[in-house]
Amino acid sequence: MTTEIDRQWTTRLRRRAEGKLPPEKLLPDTQPSYVSSWIYVFGVTTLAALMVVIATGCVLAIFGPQWWHTSSFGHFVNSLHLWSVEIFFFAMVIHLWGKFFMASWRGGRTLTWMTGVVTFLTSIATAFTGYASQSNFDSQWITTQAKDGINSTGAGAIFNVLNLGQMLMWHIVLLPLAAVVLTALHVLMVRVKGVVPPFADEKVEAAR
Amino acid sequence: MSKSFRPDVDAPEWRGGYTPYDIIKEGTIALVVVAVLTVALALIFSSPDEHAVTIKTWSNATPVDFAQTALSELNGTSGTAQYGAPYNTASDGQKLGPLSLAKWVGVHQPVNTIQDFVIDPLTALPDQSALTQALDAWRGATASTRSGWVDNYTKAATQMTYAHGQIVVPATNAGPVPLFINDLTMMARSGALDQALVTQHGFYTTNYTKPLLFLSDGSYLASLAQKDHLLGTQWGMMNETGSYPGQAWLWLYTFWYQVTPFSTSANADVQVWGVMMLLSVVLLFVPFIPGLRSIPRKTRVYRLIWREHYQNL
Repeated sequence: MTTEIDRQWTTRLRRRAEGKLPPEKLLPDTQPSYVSSWIYVFGVTTLAALMVVIATGCVLAIFGPQWWHTSSFGHFVNSLHLWSVEIFFFAMVIHLWGKFFMASWRGGRTLTWMTGVVTFLTSIATAFTGYASQSNFDSQWITTQAKDGINSTGAGAIFNVLNLGQMLMWHIVLLPLAAVVLTALHVLMVRVKGVVPPFADEKVEAAR
Repeated sequence: MSKSFRPDVDAPEWRGGYTPYDIIKEGTIALVVVAVLTVALALIFSSPDEHAVTIKTWSNATPVDFAQTALSELNGTSGTAQYGAPYNTASDGQKLGPLSLAKWVGVHQPVNTIQDFVIDPLTALPDQSALTQALDAWRGATASTRSGWVDNYTKAATQMTYAHGQIVVPATNAGPVPLFINDLTMMARSGALDQALVTQHGFYTTNYTKPLLFLSDGSYLASLAQKDHLLGTQWGMMNETGSYPGQAWLWLYTFWYQVTPFSTSANADVQVWGVMMLLSVVLLFVPFIPGLRSIPRKTRVYRLIWREHYQNL
């Protein structure tokens, strides 16, 4: 018999979450034996780089957007932010191509692939707004060049790359929030569905 | 495996073995390695930070280029004056086939180059009786009179020089225009124009649309960019100053600008954006696109990735 507690939204949500992602799936202590290639390193490397990007970005945010131009320590933190972003994209692109050649959308993993692609595109926009927010010669040149592409689509009406305040807000609030939420969803989907198994071997299949 | 099994959509059920996996340890090691690598790269290579160009530095470095740009804002020939949406209605802007996307969305960052870049900043200058009279003459003149003044000055400005702290052009019937251009150049050289362009909406501002548009209408900013290999023909904005990787992930976007038909198209920006949007959608929907989703299986790169697995079969 269904009780009042069984009908609660909270109870339903918890049971659904537990069913989809029990602790042994969320934090597994074993993995299928086919997960033994160097290519798997780049997913976790992307995540690690994202953590460093966020941490260094938070330090820059504490002191404000002009700090790194006038402080040698601030410039060093900016360098950390820049290079962690470079590592992030390097790892992410290899991860993406690796997953493509594994056809990692197979076996009901389509949404995992799609959240990964959207995270990649969101990350590009996040990095671009970072370059636009530097308030130096690079940001002057990049924004005055980029405006033509964005304006030509009509998006310039609400996304004005020459507006430093707007670009900074997108860079440190809206886009990182989207990137982190998408990344979390992507990782949870990987944990729910597991890592995609290899293609069936043609010779083995033919012999059956 | 059933006959309805689709190899590019379905995955075989794993019936093989499992190996120990310490996900927390793996994540921690990755974080430490990336952090150490980041610190090493930052210590070795640092990061670029060239000072922003100001209208003051531009007008002091190349006063004639600044004055010619100011004139182009006044006579309506500058890039901004002829831009179209979202700044003004001077042109239809770029078209994607028959679609004028920017024009349809309309003007949302209004810029009147005559008023915003010339008349309003000059009006802000205090205690300039000759300039005040010139501005009164401008405001009191008909559109055709103003146009005649500007046309005459534009013709004379082909011989523009900068001498003894003044912008010099051959004498012509240009009304207040010579004074406007000269005083605006002096204002720019003092640094006052930088402030006038960003403070038009009050004390606090974070919007640099107008000074950046003015700067990009001149040739000084582009000449500096060319030295740093940042022009569109030099793979443009994916680079950054110095020998840094920049936004290398934009290589495909920048690539299209280097090849025909985009490199010679008047609508290159919207066309390249159209191509990139299309490619992004294709990438997103790869799992649903027959042929494309078969590439991994047919190229057999996966045999390299899962080399050990296939060796052990």
